[in-house]
Amino acid sequence: MSDLRPDLAIIAGHVPRGAKVLDVGCGDGELMAELRRSAQVDARGIELDARNVSAAVARGLSVVQGDADTDLANYPDHAFDYAILSQTLQTARAPDRVLDELLRIGRRAFVSFPNFAYWRVRLSLLWRGRMPVTAALPVSWYETENIHQLTVDDFRAFVAERGIGVEQAWFLNGDRHTSAAAANFRAEHAVFLLRR
Amino acid sequence: MTLATMSIPSEDQRFGLARRVTLPRPLPLDGGGVLTPVEIGYETYGTLNADGSNAILITHALTGDQHVASVHPITGKPGWWTRMVGPGRPIDPARHFIVCANVIGSCMGSSGPATIDPATGTPWAMRFPVITLRDMVRAQAMLLDHLGVGTLQAVIGGSMGGMQVLEWAATFPDRVRSVVVIASAARHSAQNIAFHEVGRQAIMADPNWQGGCYYGTGDTPAAGLAVARMAAHITYLSEAGLTEKFGRRLQARDAKSFGFDADFQVESYLRHQGISFVERFDANSYLYITRAMDYFDLAEEHGGRLANAFQGTRTRFCVVSFDTDWLYPTAESRMIVHALNAAGAAVSFVELSSPFGHDAFLLDVPELNRVVDGFIRADES
Repeated sequence: MSDLRPDLAIIAGHVPRGAKVLDVGCGDGELMAELRRSAQVDARGIELDARNVSAAVARGLSVVQGDADTDLANYPDHAFDYAILSQTLQTARAPDRVLDELLRIGRRAFVSFPNFAYWRVRLSLLWRGRMPVTAALPVSWYETENIHQLTVDDFRAFVAERGIGVEQAWFLNGDRHTSAAAANFRAEHAVFLLRR
Repeated sequence: MTLATMSIPSEDQRFGLARRVTLPRPLPLDGGGVLTPVEIGYETYGTLNADGSNAILITHALTGDQHVASVHPITGKPGWWTRMVGPGRPIDPARHFIVCANVIGSCMGSSGPATIDPATGTPWAMRFPVITLRDMVRAQAMLLDHLGVGTLQAVIGGSMGGMQVLEWAATFPDRVRSVVVIASAARHSAQNIAFHEVGRQAIMADPNWQGGCYYGTGDTPAAGLAVARMAAHITYLSEAGLTEKFGRRLQARDAKSFGFDADFQVESYLRHQGISFVERFDANSYLYITRAMDYFDLAEEHGGRLANAFQGTRTRFCVVSFDTDWLYPTAESRMIVHALNAAGAAVSFVELSSPFGHDAFLLDVPELNRVVDGFIRADES
């Protein structure tokens, strides 16, 4: 588990044994494999990239090549205990609709994203006047898949407006936790556990 | 062939290459009535393990047969899926008990229009009943009863084989733990039916077809069947593949002939495909099997909603499509996947990249083997 990305490790640590999980944007199935191994979770995945899908299926995982923006509609309501959207919200064409679908399909949803108000990001914009390239945002503006950048406070306001409940939230600076109060400035990543 | 020597010699005459059996019961048909007797030509590779958990059924495509990994008795060519089935392959006789049966309606040992109707002592010809893919699958289930196979570890097939796989999952959900559907669809589209109709009309327009009663006359509708094959063969390839392989290159000449010889390489290639096909395939079988495919619409069999076909299933699904396959394009696979998601089934799906069009499932696509191998092994731990 220590090899998991910190936000995935948090999610993995909070999915109960035997739960039914949909990982939207599951990559090569790293989190799914860990959930299956450590907690006998019934994990399903959706992933856009064909090579990642092949890799995930080749390790015996149930992963469907598809798009979070278009391929969630066919899943029945509350088909899963948890829907997971890790580092994918900011890449969606319509993040609001994806989140609605997530909370329709899953009884609860984990959402993790890079915080665009992290102080290093702010510094880069303020002093250098350049789009930031950091550990959490590793590529240049023209290469990035992140078309809907957001901050911790943006997300808090967004779920509040929509009446979505936050059951728990974790804020990370590297692999270290940071407080909720200073999160919008100090957190590089955020993980929210949501419930409609 | 090494496979024959690899499989453990068995006294049991049910197992091995080039087997044939007359099933003990008549087969009730979707179109009404029964088929009797039901003869099945089939092959097995490997050994059924003690708890019977390692049986894998391979379902073949329109013009395929049971010689999945053994030399074809007519053409002398290697089995049609030796890339997928064989020692060290994803489906391996060292690990699996592999069954491949000729579909009913075909002409390689299973009951079809060319086999003898015992009631008359002559070939069935067009008196053979029109069958469906579900009829084919029910016949396969009866064969497995005969072989002592209860639950299958997997059913795997491409193209029409993939349609049979879907029928397996829908008709016998408790008898199959996992299925692999490659380059296939849950129904035949108008375009699919249209291409098949061209082929059928080519056969029936051949005077040698004689209303289907050409057996024993010394003439067969070879020209019509060859044209049917030529038209169909185009649908198995991609435009880019044809362009790369042939372009506009001329066949063994420096200039156009201003006549109707096969000036172009692609013409010569298609003619060869047509001529070599008629040596190994019966024209009436081509009519019956294409009809069965055209009738196929899995949703229609389940109240018009594809997800109903898989409701409550515990079978694991793996669906694979190819980006250059325009016969059964990725959109058809996605329809299957969406229905499986709606039914809550465990499903994997990937669109693989290949230049080969529909035929990719038979050709060298290493990624396909990797996906199938991983999917199959997930059930074996």
